[in-house]
Amino acid sequence: MREIRPALIELTIVRVKEFVRETEALFWVFGFPLLMTVALGFAFRDSGPERVPVGIVEGPAAAGQLKALASSPALQPRIYGADEGRAELRRGKISLLVAGTPPVYRFDPARPEARTARLEADDALQIAAGRRSAFEPRDERVEEQGARYVDFLVPGLLGMNLMSTGMWGIGFVVVNARMKKLLKRLVATPMKKSDFLVSHFLSRIVFLILEVGALVAFAWFAFDVRIHGSWLLFSAICFLGATAFAGLGTLVASRVRTIEAVSGLMNLVMVPMWICSGVFFSYERFPRAAIPFIRALPLTAVNDALRAVMNDGLGLAAVAPMLINLSIWTVVSYVVGLKIFRWQ
Amino acid sequence: MEPAISCRGLRKHYPDVKAVDGLDLSVARGECFGLLGPNGAGKTTTIEILEGLTTPDGGAVEILGLNWKDDEREIRERIGISLQETQLADKLTVLETLRLFRSFYRKGPSPEELLRDLTLEEKRDSRVGKLSGGQKQRLAVACALVGKPDILFLDEPTTGLDPQSRLQLWEVVTRFRKRGGTVLLTTHYMDEAERLCDRIGIVDHGHLIALGTPKELIGRLDAPNVIEFTSEPAVDEGAFSDIPGFHAATLRANAWHLQVDSLADAVPPLIVGVEKRGSRLITLTTHAATLEDLFVSLTGRELRDA
Ligand SMILES: Nc1ncnc2c1ncn2[C@@H]1O[C@H](COP(=O)(O)OP(=O)(O)O)[C@@H](O)[C@H]1O
Ligand SMILES: [Mg+2]
Repeated sequence: MREIRPALIELTIVRVKEFVRETEALFWVFGFPLLMTVALGFAFRDSGPERVPVGIVEGPAAAGQLKALASSPALQPRIYGADEGRAELRRGKISLLVAGTPPVYRFDPARPEARTARLEADDALQIAAGRRSAFEPRDERVEEQGARYVDFLVPGLLGMNLMSTGMWGIGFVVVNARMKKLLKRLVATPMKKSDFLVSHFLSRIVFLILEVGALVAFAWFAFDVRIHGSWLLFSAICFLGATAFAGLGTLVASRVRTIEAVSGLMNLVMVPMWICSGVFFSYERFPRAAIPFIRALPLTAVNDALRAVMNDGLGLAAVAPMLINLSIWTVVSYVVGLKIFRWQ
Repeated sequence: MEPAISCRGLRKHYPDVKAVDGLDLSVARGECFGLLGPNGAGKTTTIEILEGLTTPDGGAVEILGLNWKDDEREIRERIGISLQETQLADKLTVLETLRLFRSFYRKGPSPEELLRDLTLEEKRDSRVGKLSGGQKQRLAVACALVGKPDILFLDEPTTGLDPQSRLQLWEVVTRFRKRGGTVLLTTHYMDEAERLCDRIGIVDHGHLIALGTPKELIGRLDAPNVIEFTSEPAVDEGAFSDIPGFHAATLRANAWHLQVDSLADAVPPLIVGVEKRGSRLITLTTHAATLEDLFVSLTGRELRDA
C-alpha cells in the first residue's frame, strides 16, 4: 500500500486529475488561446503595405504602362476596356484608372488610397519614361520585434487567459461541488477548510506553467514574439496574476449556488475587463477620466506589466505598481471570499 | 460513560415550517438508533444538527461528551457521515476518492481494506460516475468509515436501492456495530428500522411521537394483527362491531385496515358481515402489525405518503 499523503497534497492531486479528465476544459484552457493567437496573429500579420488595385485602359501604350506600374510595390495594375474600367472605378474595385499617353489619371481625390495610387502611378510612369531621381532615399520600416500588432496581442491574450482560466477554473469547480453537496460532505470531515482552497490555488499554478508555457512557446515559433525583459520577472507577473484571478474566482463563487448564477456573475466581472483592459487594443483610447479606473483593474495590471517586460524589456521598478495592484486584489478577494464563503 | 449522542430541546424553524420542534434524544454507545418518519418529518434536519452541519435555533447537542462549539475538530475525527444526497466527484476513481477522504483523518483503515470490507474491490479503478446506485452508496459509507469513527451517521442509506444492495449495506452496518460502533440512521423504511435498530424514534412534524425498541413500539398497538380489505360497494364502520377482538379501523385509499386480536376469530365473521350488507369482497390481506401500522394509528397517515 502506498503511503497516505497529507490532505493538501491529496486535494491538489485530485484537482489536477479531475481537470485533466475534463476534456472540454482542456480545450478551453490550452486549445482556445492558441487558436486565438493563430487567428489574430495571421489576420494582423504585417505583410507590408497592401497593393492598391489600379486600372489601365486598353490601347497601344497599355502593355508598357502595365509593366511600369507592376514594378511599383504599392500597385496592382490590370488592363480594362474603357467602359469596363470606368465601371470598376465607380464600384471602388480600383482606385485609379490610367488612360492613354500622356496619361489621364481618373480618381477620387477624397479617398486617400486613390491619392496614393495617383502619386505612385505617376512616379512609376515618369521613371519608366526616363525621369531621373534627384537623389536616392532609403526606406526604414518599423517592423522591429516588440512593435508589431502581434507583439501587442500576445501579452494581452496571456493576461486574458490567466483571467479566464483562473476564474473559471476555480469558480466553476467550487460552485459545482457546492451544488452536488460535495463541499458539505468535505466540511463534514476534519479537513482543514484552508487546505481545500489552497489546493485549488496550487492546481491552478500547475496548469499556469503549462498554459503560459504553451502560449509563449507558440508565439515564439510562429510569430517570433520574444520576451525582451527578465524571464524571472515575467514568471512573477504570471504567478501574481494567477493568484489575483484565483482569489477573484473564489470571491465570485463564494456564495453562489447554481452554475447559471456563477456564469452570469463571472461574465459580469470578466467582460468589462476584456473590453477595457487593453487585450486587443490599447485602453488609452478610452476617455481620460476612465483611465485611472481601468488601470486599477487586475487584468489591466497584468497586461501592462507583461507588455512592459515582454516588449519594452523594462525591469522591476517599472512593473512594481502593477505587482502591488495584483497583490492587493489577491489579499482582498481571498479575505472577503473566505469570510463569506458558503460551504453548504 | 456519557452517551454517544445526546440532545435536548432541539429546534430549527424555517420561515414556512418548523422542521425540528423540541426534540430530545439520547443514544448509548454501541447502540443503533433509527429515526423513522415520512418525508419532511425533520429527520435530515435533526441528523445534520447532530452532525454539526446545521446550526439549531435552540437546544443543546453533545457528541461523545463533546460539543460542537469547542471541539469541532475532535468530533469530526471521531464520527463518520453519509449525507442524504452527496454526489462524490464523478471523474475520480473509487480508490482515489477513498485515498482523498483517508487523508483528512489522523487514523483509520487503509483504502484497500475498506474496498474489501465494502465489496468494492472490483471497482477500485472505476470512475465514481460509472458506479451503480448501490455501489455509490457503499462508497459513500466507505468514506464515512475511513476515519475509523466511533459513531456512524447515515441519512437514508438505502433509499432508492435494489433489495440486494440494501442487504449488502445492512451487513456493513451490522459489522460496524460488532466492532462496538454506534449508529444513528434515518429511514422511512420500517423494515430497515426493525431489522437494524435497537431503538427507534418515530418522527413527525419535527417531534418524536414514539420512542422504544421495535418490539415495545409494536406492542403499543392495541392489537397484534391487521386485516386489510376492499369491497364493492364499500361498507361502513358499523359492519365491524360484532367482530370478536376488534379494536380499531381506519379507511385509507378505499381499503379498510382493521386491528384485531386474532385473525382466526376475526376473518370469518368479517366475511359474513360484509356479505350480509349486500357487498362483495374484492381483496383481503392480513399481516402481523408493524411499525407502519403504529405510525398510522399515531398519525392517521402512512409513512410513505404524508
Ligand atoms: N434549508 C431549508 N430551508 C427551508 N426549509 C427547509 C430547509 N431544509 C428543510 N426544510 C424543511 O423542513 C422540513 C423537514 O425537512 P427534512 O429534515 O429534510 O425532512 P426529512 O429528512 O424527514 O424528509 C421539510 O418541510 C423541509 O421542506
Ligand atoms: Mg431527509
